[in-house]
Amino acid sequence: MIDPIFLLEAAVNGILLSGVLALLALGLNLIFGVVDIVWIAYVDLVMVCMYLVYFLVMIYGWPLWLAGLASVALGALLGLGVHLLIITPILGSAPVNQLLATGGLLFFLQSFATFLWTTDHRTVRLALPILEVGGMFLSFVRLIAFAISLLAMIGLWVFLRRTYIGTAIRAVSQDREAMALMGADPQRVYLVTSAVGGAMAGVAGALLIIQYSVHPFFGAAFGPLTFMICVLGGLGNMVGAFVASVVMSEIISIGGVVISTEMGYVIAFVVFIVMMFVRPGGLLVRRG
Amino acid sequence: MRPGRVVGAALLAVLALGPVLPMGGMRQYVLHVLIQIFVWSFIGGAWSLMGRFGLVSLGHGAFLGLGAYTVTLLWNAYGLTPWLGGVVAAALTSVLALVVAYPCSRFQVVGHYFALVTLAVGEVVRLLIIAERNWTGGSLGLSLRASPHDSVLAMQFADKRVFYYASLVLWLAGLWIWYRVDRSMARAAMEAIGEDETAAASVGIHVTRFKMGITMLSASLTAVGGVAYAQYITYVNPDTLAGIGVSLRIVFAVVLGGMYSLLGPTVGTALTIALGEYLRVVFGLRLIGMAETIYGLLLILFIIFLPAGIYGSLRDVVAGLARPARLASGLR
Repeated sequence: MIDPIFLLEAAVNGILLSGVLALLALGLNLIFGVVDIVWIAYVDLVMVCMYLVYFLVMIYGWPLWLAGLASVALGALLGLGVHLLIITPILGSAPVNQLLATGGLLFFLQSFATFLWTTDHRTVRLALPILEVGGMFLSFVRLIAFAISLLAMIGLWVFLRRTYIGTAIRAVSQDREAMALMGADPQRVYLVTSAVGGAMAGVAGALLIIQYSVHPFFGAAFGPLTFMICVLGGLGNMVGAFVASVVMSEIISIGGVVISTEMGYVIAFVVFIVMMFVRPGGLLVRRG
Repeated sequence: MRPGRVVGAALLAVLALGPVLPMGGMRQYVLHVLIQIFVWSFIGGAWSLMGRFGLVSLGHGAFLGLGAYTVTLLWNAYGLTPWLGGVVAAALTSVLALVVAYPCSRFQVVGHYFALVTLAVGEVVRLLIIAERNWTGGSLGLSLRASPHDSVLAMQFADKRVFYYASLVLWLAGLWIWYRVDRSMARAAMEAIGEDETAAASVGIHVTRFKMGITMLSASLTAVGGVAYAQYITYVNPDTLAGIGVSLRIVFAVVLGGMYSLLGPTVGTALTIALGEYLRVVFGLRLIGMAETIYGLLLILFIIFLPAGIYGSLRDVVAGLARPARLASGLR
């Protein structure tokens, strides 16, 4: 029998992990909702941002907060680049081609990272204390990462609700056809969306590098999970994304302690598949 | 005979004579590459049976892995011949396909959502293989227990030429099945379903039955491909046979070639494998990752500039050239 304190610790860690995952799912969700393309390589952009923070902090001695800001900027640039170079030419293509083009980007980023930086695992070590709360050991780093994720999500919410372009983005994700009728410039909306989505990847990259080590196949580890949370949450639904993220991270975290890491993921993926059938979250209704 | 048929017959003759053509020291290597092309073309063809009707699956790795592991485990643990193991594998895969595809059809999970559900299925199979490491070998993979001598029953042969002819026959069988489906009622029905499911149902097409039939056929053929691959390589690994990576590679090859034509999957597979081998030979152990980087870059460029696939685009060009010529002769 497993000591309940371990389960509690796993549950708390699950919640802490869910913050970053929700952030990633929201970034992907934003792009999927507006441009209607799943960026298969989204988490690989996060991987690139993680490397940036690693090199800036460990090699060039930048302070972490500055490297984090650089990571956000790089993420936004990557988002713009992906949209301009890859997505724009294939906007009218068959869905399978759209999936594959970003799939090609996944292969490209993974192997180019292998080429440049080898398959070594790298991490930014922070000399922050481990908190002991009622017999549980909680990492202070994860608490900070969770708090910043929440702040970033609130920032995204304010952007989408309180700014003109944010309102346009929400309108487009609700009804794509109406965009041209309303005289909005689709390319501008797409570009802003991709940049914001990329910036979310940058924030997540900075938060992940202080908790996990980065390697070229980081995207493969977190990618499928991110797609699933993104879809489970429901398009454009921020609360939904957070709830989905908590559910999935809890399954993975507790399942990992009780059975094994892989089985935790297996259960989470099976839950995703079943949920797609029994509770498509209104997504499929929208698509008709 | 149309010129296309003559070229086809000549190509087939060359392929049939493949193992006896003079190739010097390169023979083993060339045969190895050709066997891979045949097997993966067969798998790509199996995928395109679904893909061409809008059922874009990113989870064919699940069927491939399930097929390969079923046969390998049954042979290693119980000494069950791969001939029977293959039947079991195809049956199991059909069941898995049905379990996933039926609710997808029932609850209208289509498009990107279908792709993501199947992607999850592929990952589930990969992770289960890794998690059950006590008897599957986990991420280290599993070697096929070697038979003491060449054996038809064990489907193991020291001579590559046997595998060459076996995979050639497998490939031709795959083309034949593809052709039969293409000429059948099922194709017309599936095209109608792909266009508009409700309209198809309203004219009396059994939407679910056709979708399930095509899906199970595609899945079980993919499992057979997995069996062939496992028997030839005699080693199975969760990362090369299941999960998102291999699933994407299958789809890439097919889309690259063109999924709406008989030879499209073969052309795409042959090109991606040839490209992969070429880059591997060029870079060798230097510049690790460079070969794959170029591969990924070329894939993006191909998707952007040749959306109909190489074979499809080539055919359009040839048709475009032929048409004015015919017009000119008609005028004379």
